[in-house]
Amino acid sequence: MMFKGKDIVSIKELSKKEIDRIFEVAEEMIPIARGEKKSEILRGYVLATLFFEPSTRTRLSFETAMHRLGGGVIGFSNPKATSISKGETLADTIRIIDLYSDVIVIRHPYEGSARLAAEFAQHPVINAGDGAGQHPTQTLLDLFTMTREFGDIKGLNIALIGDLKYGRTVHSLAYILSELGANIYLVSPPLLRMPKHIIRELKSRPVEVDNLDDIVEEVDVFYVTRIQKERFPDPTEYRKVAGTYSITEKLLSKAKKSAIVMHPLPRVGEIATEVDKLPHARYFQQAFNGVPVRMALLSLVLGVV
Amino acid sequence: MDEEKTLKVQKIKNGIVIDHIPCGRALKVLKILNIEGDIGSSVSIAMHVRSRYGWKDIVKIEDRYLEEKELDKIALVAPTATVNIIKNYEVVRKHKVQVPDKIVGIVRCTNPRCITNQNEPLTPEFYVISKEPLIIKCKYCERDMESEEIIENII
Repeated sequence: MMFKGKDIVSIKELSKKEIDRIFEVAEEMIPIARGEKKSEILRGYVLATLFFEPSTRTRLSFETAMHRLGGGVIGFSNPKATSISKGETLADTIRIIDLYSDVIVIRHPYEGSARLAAEFAQHPVINAGDGAGQHPTQTLLDLFTMTREFGDIKGLNIALIGDLKYGRTVHSLAYILSELGANIYLVSPPLLRMPKHIIRELKSRPVEVDNLDDIVEEVDVFYVTRIQKERFPDPTEYRKVAGTYSITEKLLSKAKKSAIVMHPLPRVGEIATEVDKLPHARYFQQAFNGVPVRMALLSLVLGVV
Repeated sequence: MDEEKTLKVQKIKNGIVIDHIPCGRALKVLKILNIEGDIGSSVSIAMHVRSRYGWKDIVKIEDRYLEEKELDKIALVAPTATVNIIKNYEVVRKHKVQVPDKIVGIVRCTNPRCITNQNEPLTPEFYVISKEPLIIKCKYCERDMESEEIIENII
């Protein structure tokens, strides 16, 4: 297994063995991510974070990951202030930044942009979201959260809830969960069902349900996503639908004791704040897990572990 | 058998006969070969011709031969087609078109938000997911494209 120099563009390119290795390293990184232990393993290395689209968690957690390991960070989160606004191609931007850094993290509005970056850069490229395409580090941290909780993904009942049509995180997540043998439930309003081409790639057929109440007792992981208001032509329809798919204390009273609730965040009412104090809530932990997982990825692709 | 059918349209001296085109696709074959208006040689089309396997279209183009890329394009439009190369009224070679495993530079991605459609120095590239029915996947944005969509986007 060679990680040094590897591009992380799509979750589909990672084998089960490679994912296990990432999680093994991530586990060791947890005390460093918490600031309880110090590390300098990436001292002298430079990470470039190229955010052509706004992001808070992803960018900050990558930067934290690099800083916690003693490395340096360059980059931008506002392309308007760069030469890109002068009409430079992405290929040229990448070629230049590649000369300044040891590893590149990119988020870009166009699908396939991370693949382009990986082709033009000599150094490893990590995709931090390309339009409606892939966001592999989010998928990895979601999977890491589930693995830490349950040990094995195989046989888990996982409900993907909310916007399954446009939400890119659920597409890659559904793919990898099915590869690892989870039972997948898809819970969404008819307007926001998972696209057929995504379902076609799943190893086993997921169960599509309209109503959370029908499956609440069986579910191990409630993976909730945001239903965006702009997807609905009629605001009344939006309010009706959004309410139906929200996680409340009352709903969880029927759930398994061991069930957990996850959300890629930001949430806008899909999970009632009353859930925060329940033992099921795992979304803040999940957001934290982004740091050790990204620390693991950076140190693996730079070949220091 | 083919001899008898091809006689329905005139025999050609030199050129190509594209046979076994799925019914109704002959005009699309001409379109992807950029045959329109005056090309300086004669073109004959037979549509809805009875064959051993049902119905088919046939295209004959005089004094024209095909490049590898054009054969690949024909395979996308008419995967069952055979290309006969005619020299001095004789078939000198018969070529069954084949959908390649990788499609490079002959199809544009249908996804307007794909990076290959943004003026970057890239050649569009697709993996063939299934040949029957034809489904291809963009190497960059990973979007799937199917038959009609593929034909509409041949460069």
